[in-house]
Amino acid sequence: MLAEWGQVALAVAAVVAGLQAVLGLAGAERGWSAWMTAARRAAVAQAVLLGIAFGLLVVLFLKSDFSVRLVASHSTTVTPWYYRMTASWGNHEGSMLLWATALAGWGAAVAGGSSSLTATMRARVVGILGLVSVGFLLFLMLTSNPFERLVPPPAEGRDLNPLLQDPGMILHPPLLYMGYVGTAVAFAFAIAALLTGRLDAAWSRWARPWALTAWVFLTLGIVVGSWWAYYELGWGGWWFWDPVENAALIPWLVMTAFLHSVIVTEKRDAFRAWTVLLAIAAFALSLLGTFLVRSGVITSVHAFATDPTRGLFILGLLAITVGASLALFAWRAPTLSGGGGFNWGAREATLLVNNVLLSVAAASVLLGTVYPLLVEALGGGKLSVGEPYYVAVFVPLMAPAVLLMGIAPFLRWKGDDWRRVGKTIGVDLLVAAGGALAIVGGWGNGSWRAWLGLSLALWVFASSGRLLWRRLVGERREREEKGRSVRVRWRETPAGWWGMWLAHLGVGVFIVGVTVLGALERRLDVKMVPGGSTMLADYRFVFQGVEEVAGPNYKAQRATIEVWQGDRQVAQLRPEKRDYYFSTMPMTEAAIDSTLWRDLYVSLGEPLEGGAWVVVLFYKPMVFFIWLGPLLMAVGGVLAALDRRYRLMGSRGERSKMGIS
Amino acid sequence: MRGRHKRLVIVAVGVALLAAAVGLILSAFRENLVFFITPSEVAAGKAQVGQFFRVGGLVERGSLRREEDGVTVYFRITDTVHGLTVVYRGALPDLFAEGQGAVAEGVLRADGVMEAKRVLAKHDETYMPPEAAAAVEQAKRAAQSMKE
Repeated sequence: MLAEWGQVALAVAAVVAGLQAVLGLAGAERGWSAWMTAARRAAVAQAVLLGIAFGLLVVLFLKSDFSVRLVASHSTTVTPWYYRMTASWGNHEGSMLLWATALAGWGAAVAGGSSSLTATMRARVVGILGLVSVGFLLFLMLTSNPFERLVPPPAEGRDLNPLLQDPGMILHPPLLYMGYVGTAVAFAFAIAALLTGRLDAAWSRWARPWALTAWVFLTLGIVVGSWWAYYELGWGGWWFWDPVENAALIPWLVMTAFLHSVIVTEKRDAFRAWTVLLAIAAFALSLLGTFLVRSGVITSVHAFATDPTRGLFILGLLAITVGASLALFAWRAPTLSGGGGFNWGAREATLLVNNVLLSVAAASVLLGTVYPLLVEALGGGKLSVGEPYYVAVFVPLMAPAVLLMGIAPFLRWKGDDWRRVGKTIGVDLLVAAGGALAIVGGWGNGSWRAWLGLSLALWVFASSGRLLWRRLVGERREREEKGRSVRVRWRETPAGWWGMWLAHLGVGVFIVGVTVLGALERRLDVKMVPGGSTMLADYRFVFQGVEEVAGPNYKAQRATIEVWQGDRQVAQLRPEKRDYYFSTMPMTEAAIDSTLWRDLYVSLGEPLEGGAWVVVLFYKPMVFFIWLGPLLMAVGGVLAALDRRYRLMGSRGERSKMGIS
Repeated sequence: MRGRHKRLVIVAVGVALLAAAVGLILSAFRENLVFFITPSEVAAGKAQVGQFFRVGGLVERGSLRREEDGVTVYFRITDTVHGLTVVYRGALPDLFAEGQGAVAEGVLRADGVMEAKRVLAKHDETYMPPEAAAAVEQAKRAAQSMKE
């Protein structure tokens, strides 16, 4: 019965979402407050219903109810309970239900949690989110019903893909989906602004915390996905420029551009149309990402679905969304233009360049991702775009952006004298470039790329340090004039500033990780016999042989490898080769010894005669920084989203002052 | 007038930079396109020596051979009509096996052997890499039309 209740909850949620859309949009248009209130209640109801539906699906998985097709094809009775639970979203139908549930959750959050918005604005945002929900719930019910029955039910199910039986899989999909779907909120804000015909500083303050929250989720989702690929796929890489990864990176780049552009909209009342366009693009690209990943046009661990109607449906949704919003944009954008002036010597100029660079980067990743698909669809044969393309494009585009990142916070809004800033910055730049040269020279095998990367990272650290000093201590003259202590300044520093500071610092940390890993990583594929040893970097790996061990739903060949540095044992690693009972697919489980400064990564290849094995050994210096950087960005995003200036905006009679209808 | 002039210069510089960026992207793009070539097409001379490309098909049964060092492997990728010998140094992916679909990415040597930088097998047991499937399909069709 549970599956039928789930089905009912889905259907009712779709109707409620429709009501939410109509009540919200019509109510806002006519100014009927009863309708607008009802739309908000509908948003909450829709979230509750989908929460129930998703909860039921999880229960079905936990109970191993094989009369439901989805459960039968993705879990077994011996799969551990936590992987039975994650199996509910480790497949196409379940993950789309999670998508819809996350979307409804965002809608309910806007409906219930943004009392500073005007009633009409809130109703419009809620209504547009309802409209998006309708599209996705139709998609679920028509093409991907998670509650479909299987008659007769089998005695045992087919196991979840072993790659997905992993702790990272508990976190990665929900985080990424919250991020993907969160772009819908920024999109809804943008469309609401177009409908209202007003887009001003107050709008930016409303939209920003929501966009920041979505961006934080997207960042974390990408980080966890990258980390998962690193330790689970056994290839030892952290980013492959795989189309599926790109599908998440493209909206992230656009959202990052949006977060910077919306600042200019707030402070200088400029870039309005551009900000709106970015919000639309971020959501459209999230939909495109969903299409690429879910339609089966790309083959990867993510491509559960190979049913072409699903792909067509998402493509249809995408076409409608993009078409309608661009039409609305073309019609209403002229009413948005105007606003503050623009000065090329001021901070807004650096943010403009930042936006151009981020957008071009996003476009170039999009080109590399979609072009092979287009060529193949047009019968032009199969081809792919190699990793060197992305590196060749990304480095020269992002290097100037990072350079500007260290300058922009020192520049004033409206207008500034570059020479004023140039003096101090020039020193930092020289220190960074010289320091990087000294370090890379010490490596002995330095390349200009390593030098560039390290220079940029040191530059970020130098300017972050200077910025912090300026903020808390300040120049002596200023300090004497105003007589404010460090403690007062600390207290006066808004959370948003700390968010910016941490996120920018995170960029530097990330660059350090990528650069050092790229220059100093060592890999060795080697045949190892029991008792034999091999050197890598200054570590000695001793192979102790392989034994067979049993897991809950698999048996494994487990090797024991000791790692020695000099005469000190630093680690004992136990990589495995697993055979899952319900799958003929063997699985490599890498073993990693992590410290802040380096990872030792070992994975098993194939068995050879005489107890020998092919073993892959990695020495990965500072690889953790690659994830630490984005984690700092995410923490920065959280701080900025919590900034009181945005939450409280409009709640103290400032609404009338801002002149919002 | 000076302000306007300055602005014009900056806009021109911006346009030039953007054009440079687009040029950079397109040239990097063209240089890094990796074409997919089937073993039959390689046999027909469609791949040049030194070219980086992808080849897909089935791993020919009985063709997998390992050198004494244990990590250098030779195998033949076939589309059931023609085969291409591939040499690869390193651990093979989990689902790599004779008679199964695989894709290799690398450079064609003068002796007609591909030196692979990367070998891909399928992601799960029910599915064949589409490029491998396409190569076999194409070869079958070619063989069919030759018979007729």
